[in-house]
Amino acid sequence: MSEAGELTVTLLRFGFLILLWALVLGTVGALRRDLVVGRRNKVGTPTAREIRKHPELVEEPAPVRAAARRLVVTEGPLTGTTLDLAASPILLGRAQEATLVLEDDYASGRHARLFPQGSRWFIEDLGSTNGTYLAGAQLTRALPVEPGIPIRIGKTVIELRP
Amino acid sequence: MSDVLTVPRSRRNIELALLVLALVVAGGANHLAGIGREEPFGDYFWSQVLTLGLMSLFIHVILRFRAKYADPVILPLVVALNGIGLAMIHRLDLSAVSGSTSVAPQQVLWTAVAIGAAAVLLILFRDHRILRRFTYISLIVSAILLLLPLTPLGLEINGARIWITVGVGTFQPGEIAKITLAIFFAGYLSTNRDLILLAGKKIGPLQFPRFRDLAPMAAAWLVSIGVLIFQRDLGSSILFFGLFMVMIYVATSRVSWVLIGLAMIGAGVFVALELFSHVALRFDSWINAFAPEVYDRAPGGSRQVVQGLFGLANGGLIGTGLGEGRPDLVTYANSDMIIAALGEELGLIGVVAIVMMYVILVSRGIRAAVGTKDGFGKLLACGLSFTIALQCFVVIGGITRLIPLTGLTTPFMSAGGSSLLANWLIVALLLLISETARRPAPTVPMKDSFPEVLGVNGKPVKKRPAKEATR
Repeated sequence: MSEAGELTVTLLRFGFLILLWALVLGTVGALRRDLVVGRRNKVGTPTAREIRKHPELVEEPAPVRAAARRLVVTEGPLTGTTLDLAASPILLGRAQEATLVLEDDYASGRHARLFPQGSRWFIEDLGSTNGTYLAGAQLTRALPVEPGIPIRIGKTVIELRP
Repeated sequence: MSDVLTVPRSRRNIELALLVLALVVAGGANHLAGIGREEPFGDYFWSQVLTLGLMSLFIHVILRFRAKYADPVILPLVVALNGIGLAMIHRLDLSAVSGSTSVAPQQVLWTAVAIGAAAVLLILFRDHRILRRFTYISLIVSAILLLLPLTPLGLEINGARIWITVGVGTFQPGEIAKITLAIFFAGYLSTNRDLILLAGKKIGPLQFPRFRDLAPMAAAWLVSIGVLIFQRDLGSSILFFGLFMVMIYVATSRVSWVLIGLAMIGAGVFVALELFSHVALRFDSWINAFAPEVYDRAPGGSRQVVQGLFGLANGGLIGTGLGEGRPDLVTYANSDMIIAALGEELGLIGVVAIVMMYVILVSRGIRAAVGTKDGFGKLLACGLSFTIALQCFVVIGGITRLIPLTGLTTPFMSAGGSSLLANWLIVALLLLISETARRPAPTVPMKDSFPEVLGVNGKPVKKRPAKEATR
């Protein structure tokens, strides 16, 4: 191979490596907005310019609510029992593995569960025999629970407290 | 499982720009590989460039119409990886002994088939959630696919019975099975997640699952062990079990599952080492790779991996240049050892760029999982991107002697049609999931879906407009 040809090949070789990295860096550049876990993307708050272009992004501030911190049994055999709410879901029922073991003949083994989502707690019936009642209405699907609203399971009534 | 809010923007033009750059990379690799060995712009060059270019532009056009908000970088990255793989396979064909069949034209054909299949998937399934209906069907399909090589259709190559003969060529059903298994695990775990999560005994800081909830895990373990025993394929069995472990960990975020899984792997590895000579030989040729008697041993020697290491050393930092090294000295340089071949000719700089492409690809898959709102899509995207990550880890780790070498394919690069097809289908699924993740929510106000909440003594409590729906 002639000297000029060799030079061309060497240049092409390095050119290819540069091209390869141009692709990688170009990709990363295209993702810059997505990769930056800055204040904007982390909180999800759009900037003023984005709001001007997409007015639908503006979210009304959520009403201030006291977050529920405790679960209190107000009626039934376990009256007075309290449970501190953490971030994990709570299983209610007669089964030994339940978080709150109900000594209640009208409760099923795995009766209902309370789970946090966003800033609220939801209750969901797990196919119990006698049903779960939120504020007097039988649950057919998961519903949010506000502090102070009674949940009835068999003879037991529980409430969330702030 | 949190949601991240971003401004909806289609970004298809960025995808087009990156795609053109990726095609330039693919064509450049092919041109450089052939330079000095054949006429610069021969028939093969054009067949490869046109196939890859037209098919990927076709996918791009489909995305413009069907999945406007899909992730813009997945397609260019995959096209670049596929193109570099094609160029390297062609380059190895050129230096192979004359008379042996060339692999590259067949691989170009498979590329066209695979991208075509991905296009069909994108057109047929507008929404990945349809796949959830096929949860148990895909379990049956996976079982059939995994059993196929054991039937008379099966074919044994190099001791592993994972191929079947279909008409003209061979096919690895296990590659497709990893997709159907991921669909099954995602469907099963997104339905039964709460059950697995809530029930169970607490021992110390760990909550252990109930025994009957362990059943699917035990099934996954048995599948992996079955693949290992009857098909003698260590790579696939690691892949299937790793897939299940990751998906159950993502679904429940319980460390106890990972511990149980690691214990099961430990038991499996111990039994395999005791019972199967080929696993023990693999292990020995990893630990004592440079011992002369291990290097020369006829079955299960370390010749392949050591030659790969010599190749990598020869490449050094900037590589010998495409077409200038001797990667053809390594056995299976165009399939299992393609990273060693690339490392020799592109050097550390080139291999790190390729690894970066895989990393970005996997991270985009995980990003789609974070962004999408349904549990099934989250699990599926995590599982599928993890299979790509695990394959890369097992292959590159094996070649660089970090872990024992096992026969898995490098996604999108290795010669082999079934792997290419399966990985392009995975890309189509990831694109669909990323589309649901990035698509702006409908702006029509949601109807109030909660009944009126009653207070303690029957009086209605102050009502607020409900903004979030339960899911």
